[in-house]
Amino acid sequence: MDSTTIIAFVSIIVAGFTTGIGCIAPALAQGRSVATALSSLAQQPDASDTITRTLFVGLAMIESTAIYCFVVSMILIFANPFWNHFIATAAK
Amino acid sequence: MKLSPDETIYWKYGFVEISATLVWTWVVMLVLIITSVLITRKLKSELRISRWQCILEMLVTGINQQIKEVGLGHPEKYIWFLGTMFLFIATSNLFILFPFYEPPTGSLSTTVALSLSVLVAVPVFGIMESGIGGYLKTYIEPTFIMLPFNIISELSRTLALAVRLFGNIMSGGVVVSIILSITPFIFPVIMNALGMLTGLVQAYIFTILATVYIAAGTNESKKTEEPIKTNK
Repeated sequence: MDSTTIIAFVSIIVAGFTTGIGCIAPALAQGRSVATALSSLAQQPDASDTITRTLFVGLAMIESTAIYCFVVSMILIFANPFWNHFIATAAK
Repeated sequence: MKLSPDETIYWKYGFVEISATLVWTWVVMLVLIITSVLITRKLKSELRISRWQCILEMLVTGINQQIKEVGLGHPEKYIWFLGTMFLFIATSNLFILFPFYEPPTGSLSTTVALSLSVLVAVPVFGIMESGIGGYLKTYIEPTFIMLPFNIISELSRTLALAVRLFGNIMSGGVVVSIILSITPFIFPVIMNALGMLTGLVQAYIFTILATVYIAAGTNESKKTEEPIKTNK
């Protein structure tokens, strides 16, 4: 196997694994945070504004970890720097 | 497949290139400015105001209230920055509704520019509020050992702001284009609607995080705490 094949092979497999594994923990964390927010809303409905706002901010911060994994996968698939470099040197 | 509107170039001369990001950023800016100028031409303060003025007032009081709830005491001093940030990001994400439109926040250039402006705004507001000494003291905030971590967190949260907004909007567009090639009938519309909702939430998150960073930098919490006066 030459270098270009290895790069393509590894990039594709790792791109799949990055999003797959990287979204497990944020999903679990978001589930727990929404569950806690719901139970505290049930305990104190007066504070629902603060709780809802804090919940959304917290969810966005947890979500950003999953977004990082997605961005890395997209870069590996569509804007792979090693692939572009090897294609450029192979074209010469 | 194009990941960001930076890659669509309309005109190029030397190193100057007009990309789709630039064009749509200017379109959003023009829409915001022209709407505001038209609505605020004849402002009335009677009981019956025009409905457009009512919408603007709702927006401004809503943003003021949100800023106050996060902890910045006098929102009038900050709303010019935070309100514009929220309105720009919200409009540029809501216009996904229109065809042929590419949200400028789906390009890393725009989001890095916005988060760099937050990075600059935090010291500027901090020094305007508490002076240079007061602002630099926030870096030693809980204890002196936290100094390197505070500096690192300044940089990492700027990066996180940029990548969060970019990732959310870009992924919305990528998912719609992928679903278009699989089930082009109704599901792309639903995913576009979801993308607009995410866009609004991300605009709110960006603004609230910028507010929290500015509140931390201006030492707001120290000012509102008053010592308990004991009579001797």
